[in-house]
Amino acid sequence: MVMKGLLTFPSTPSIVATGVTAGPLEKKSPFHAGFDKMYEDERCGKDTNEQGHSKMMEDACMIALSKVDKIPADADFLLTGDLVNQMTPSNFFATTVGIPYIGMFSACATSVSSLLLAALLTEAGMSKLAIAGASSQHNAIERQFRYPIEYGAQKGDTAQWTVTAAGAAAVTPFQAGVPSIERGTIGKAIDMGMTDPLHMGAAMAPAAADTLKRHLEGHGTSPSDYDLIMTGDLAKVGFSIFQELVKNQGISNMENFSDAGMEFYGNNPDFMSGASGAGCSAAVYFSEVYKKMMDKEYKKVLLIATGALLSPLSYQQGETIPCIAHAVELTMK
Amino acid sequence: MDKKKYAKLEKGITPKPNLLKNCLKAFLVGGTICLIAQFIALFYMTFFDFTERTANNPTVATMIFIAMLLTGFGAYKKIGQVGGAGAAVPITGFGNAVVSAAIEHRSEGYVLGVGGNIFKLAGSVIVYGVFSAFLVALVKTILVKVGVVSW
Amino acid sequence: MFSIYITAFIVGGLICVIGQLMFDVAKLTPAHTLCILVVAGSVLDGFGLYEPLIDFAGTGATIPITSFGNALTHGALAEAEKHGLIGVLTGMFEVTSSGISAAILFGFIASFIFKPKGTV
Repeated sequence: MVMKGLLTFPSTPSIVATGVTAGPLEKKSPFHAGFDKMYEDERCGKDTNEQGHSKMMEDACMIALSKVDKIPADADFLLTGDLVNQMTPSNFFATTVGIPYIGMFSACATSVSSLLLAALLTEAGMSKLAIAGASSQHNAIERQFRYPIEYGAQKGDTAQWTVTAAGAAAVTPFQAGVPSIERGTIGKAIDMGMTDPLHMGAAMAPAAADTLKRHLEGHGTSPSDYDLIMTGDLAKVGFSIFQELVKNQGISNMENFSDAGMEFYGNNPDFMSGASGAGCSAAVYFSEVYKKMMDKEYKKVLLIATGALLSPLSYQQGETIPCIAHAVELTMK
Repeated sequence: MDKKKYAKLEKGITPKPNLLKNCLKAFLVGGTICLIAQFIALFYMTFFDFTERTANNPTVATMIFIAMLLTGFGAYKKIGQVGGAGAAVPITGFGNAVVSAAIEHRSEGYVLGVGGNIFKLAGSVIVYGVFSAFLVALVKTILVKVGVVSW
Repeated sequence: MFSIYITAFIVGGLICVIGQLMFDVAKLTPAHTLCILVVAGSVLDGFGLYEPLIDFAGTGATIPITSFGNALTHGALAEAEKHGLIGVLTGMFEVTSSGISAAILFGFIASFIFKPKGTV
């Protein structure tokens, strides 16, 4: 049966290993204990932000492979992305690892869109080992989307802090004892007319609410079926709006709801509303959430990564901010 | 849900900027920067041969030099986060815009990067300053010529 | 003599408050705000109002970006007075040269020394 945008994976491809790397500032994250590697230097010892960005993604990928004693030559597909123009950090690291590669772009929802594509390739029997992942580097993203790093622009309470982090997941056909991918929902691009690039939570919340609704209705599940429903990077303000939208859908119990961006830096006011960036959801999903699933603390989770599909050009031309949210359902048997 | 209804819902939840607090901080930070400049002007008037009017040029240059150091050591963005317009409106904010763009684009080389982007943020201020000065001076000169006003 | 320190603080602070209101109430970007202030300084000088403000507040009037518009206009008007219409074009940077040359110079020097740091 074909259902619009809904995915089911009867063979339940497994995430056998993950790798998460992060920058020096991310030591302030309550999740930092779960990160595999943290750099002392924000450029990872490289000359430019973009080279450091690439290195960080490469290390995350290599860590994930090494955990299952594999080398890049064993992998069938590399599905990664980031937010820099034309995803050059991803492209450059793809040349060094030499795995057949598709660059993925769903802005900050890339963690889930790449995971879904890896699951589809595995389900189709065309991949024995695929690497999915996403990353972002604070300096590289801020200078492209906003201002030079050292420019003294005042950021309000709604602004978010782009994380320096990368997350990679190794996806294989079903294996017992690790989390597996059961279902997914491809989001629709939704534009509710928001224009403020320093308030992206408000732009993304409707996309997350829509994908949640379509996932629950399409797959016939209810929120109480999940131990955790975690959105990507709505952050504090965006998550409050999301909760209101979910309430309007008739869901009142949201105890198991959370947001990676809101939690990423704890309650530190230096980071305003919270974290954002493609690396935010990837780092949290592939460290904290993955580990809690391995420990069987979570049996079933729904991850809804959110992305704002804007460019510096589009908002300077006065366009609104279209957004996307992709959902993936992981189970631990 | 339509866009209008959503905008209303979003407005209801999004916290408003604390106007009074922000304005007070802008006042204190901006006022302090001007006060420091006044002391620097006093320095030039006392130790060098400057008058109240001519001391302005070295004062501005000195303020921009200070802005360069604060920007380079990562302090100006913190002042900007606290002071808002109090840090952006004084000439040090202009200096910060130029210096931050210059050091940011160093990675693209000294010609295309630094040279090409140094006025990325501050350029619009120069363009609007020059164009408005041209219009104002033109109008006033013509008005003087036809005898409506005098210099 | 000492009152200039008080007026500098207050006038400079108040011009910044106007800028803050443009940020928070009118929701303008820093670039839009600064451009409007520059144009305002230029227009005020056209009416001959900015120079008295400098006499009253010293650096409280010369340090905010409004003085940049004032100085450009002032240079243009001074030359226009001497040489007529052609002076409008040639006199513009007469007064403001120090701010722009200092910014270019120090910006360029800074690019040799500093690297941006993504700290909080």
